[in-house]
Amino acid sequence: MEATVTDLVLILASTVRLSVPLIFTALAGLYAERSGVFDIGLEGKMLFSAFAAASMAAAVAQSPTFGPYAAWLGLLAAIVTSIVLSLLHGYASISQRGNQIISGVAINFIASGLTIQLGNAWFGQGGRTPQLPNSARFTEIALPFADALRPVPIIGPIYASLISGHNVLVYIAFLAVPFTWWVLYRTRFGLRLRAVGENPGAVDTAGISVSWLRYRALICGGVLGGFAGTYLSIAQSAGFIREMSAGKGFIALAALVFAKWRPVPVLFTCLLFGFLDAVAIRLQGTALPGIGEVPVQFIQALPYVLTVVLLAGFIGHATPPKAGGVPYVKER
Amino acid sequence: MSAPYGQLPRWVEFGLLPLVNVVVAFLVSGLVVLFIGVSPLEAVGYLVSGALGSGEGLGFTLYYATSFMFTGLAVAVAFHAGLFNIGGEGQVYVGGLGAGLAALALDRYAPWFVTVPAACIGAFAFGAAWAFIPAWLQAKRGSHIVITTIMFNFIAAALMVYLLVNVMKQPGTMSPQTRLFAEGAAIPRLGWLMQLFGMKLGTAPLNLMFLVALVAAFLVWLLVWRTRFGYEIRTMGTSPTAAVYAGIPYVRTVVITMLISGGLAGLMAVNVVLGDHGKLQIEFPSGAGFVGIAVALMGRSHPAGIVIAAILFGILYQGGAELAFWVPNISREMIILIQGLVVLFAGALENMFRPAMVRLFARRPRAAHRTA
Repeated sequence: MEATVTDLVLILASTVRLSVPLIFTALAGLYAERSGVFDIGLEGKMLFSAFAAASMAAAVAQSPTFGPYAAWLGLLAAIVTSIVLSLLHGYASISQRGNQIISGVAINFIASGLTIQLGNAWFGQGGRTPQLPNSARFTEIALPFADALRPVPIIGPIYASLISGHNVLVYIAFLAVPFTWWVLYRTRFGLRLRAVGENPGAVDTAGISVSWLRYRALICGGVLGGFAGTYLSIAQSAGFIREMSAGKGFIALAALVFAKWRPVPVLFTCLLFGFLDAVAIRLQGTALPGIGEVPVQFIQALPYVLTVVLLAGFIGHATPPKAGGVPYVKER
Repeated sequence: MSAPYGQLPRWVEFGLLPLVNVVVAFLVSGLVVLFIGVSPLEAVGYLVSGALGSGEGLGFTLYYATSFMFTGLAVAVAFHAGLFNIGGEGQVYVGGLGAGLAALALDRYAPWFVTVPAACIGAFAFGAAWAFIPAWLQAKRGSHIVITTIMFNFIAAALMVYLLVNVMKQPGTMSPQTRLFAEGAAIPRLGWLMQLFGMKLGTAPLNLMFLVALVAAFLVWLLVWRTRFGYEIRTMGTSPTAAVYAGIPYVRTVVITMLISGGLAGLMAVNVVLGDHGKLQIEFPSGAGFVGIAVALMGRSHPAGIVIAAILFGILYQGGAELAFWVPNISREMIILIQGLVVLFAGALENMFRPAMVRLFARRPRAAHRTA
């Protein structure tokens, strides 16, 4: 009994850790797509901001004045980088009314190529950034009484290993969900943002700038994308490695679709996909009773399969924002 | 669509404007090279001499170009119907399964001129089949084809890893790949073609599929601009509602277009799996499916443009490898950056320079036309 609880808590804790970048990125996509701008470039933003965070942290890690703030400066660099990429996406798809999908694809390529190229030129380690000391990372924080409560059956391990013992970005991720819900459904900005994704003409008629509103939505997405990248490179690991986002941006996109573009379902979908990932790692090479060995690839493909099945309308129906993907042209 | 911008002469619309976009992409790439501390001119020198300076280099260049022609045509055919097939990578991967199965079944018993056509049919069929589900879902259930094809890329990767690790792996080896194909699945190399120009092919894997790709480009041109179905594709691409109103069946057009698109992507696998590797191995598409997007955009979805763009990307891939070899500060991934910039400037920002062009070149509208 005790052993299974510990086991379960370990899988759930790893679920939480694996779902954090998905939550940030899916929420980033949520702002963009609810405002009517498709964002395929989430993967690229995550990758590039991971690189920016690790590079900045590595650059200031040894400095006496900035060293203590290395992780936070890394986060700042990541957010700025991610916003710049968002603005590029915005310039192409809002101002120039280019194809939003193509612009997103371009951002993914640019991030993939430029991170390795710059990393190679700056650090000479084949696209990696130097290994960071713990002082330049976001490290696990123990909540009060975590160690004191650990021996308590059931509640102890849950509190000590599942709720406590994560880095600060994990808690920010879980707070970002209700915050996004509040912004989207309880503020004037959120109302307008949702309106501009459904019927930009109506928003324009009300005298609100469609372009500026969409730019602001993309900037919100940029900030969250920066958090996602930071988490990957300087919280979950101690440095950037090439292609470290490894398709997580696309899983987050799948989660966003699966959650039907709503913040609270985004949280649960990301936890589900994170859980699948945790289980896949856990089950590697072990046989389940009655089923036999489940191929890891099957579990890895499950988020994508589930999303396609949902999109096909076999389990519920996912309706994207009505004006998504269409550049807004004022009537002439 | 170009109505608000004014009419441009054809040579500007289809020649100068795309050229300017691509040149800007390369200039920005040059700035990055400069920023890294390498002289862009020196880099271009390595690149060009590596790609075109020897028979072997040219052979590699055209071998890469062959792959990019297939994936570029695949993206372009779908573009004409207004569909964005981002799943070329997955279709190539699964197409490789078709090619590999045909080769494994026949290579010991049949000569190449039986095996290779069979592999082509297998690759086309498997690639098309992988495109079928997203196409059908788009046509019948309205599922966004961009998202479904992205998902299918990942599903394809998982499927192929599973098959190569658990099912098709050669017993007794560690690496996830099939056995080497026998002589009967080797595609003839094009040494004779290079000899016509007095060059030696060396170890370059340029093979017969290069000529097949050129034929495919011609057939795509024929299909899109000289057949009734091609007309329906283009009508659908311009306005789906008008196409349906004109009696063009939406489901049939979407599905057949995507089958052709996926099949063309699948054919690329023959070039790599049979033409070069001689075995089916993990991650063999290595991004060629995505290069197709850049190639199609740069070639403006016209087969002639695609052939030129594919050769240019072939030069970049082969020359880039040489460049990365000689200049340690530059890595091979520089090419992915250039690819991204080409997609950005020739695709997403394709109209950025249009207003300037209109100011310079627009035909003066005659008085009679001044109704707008």
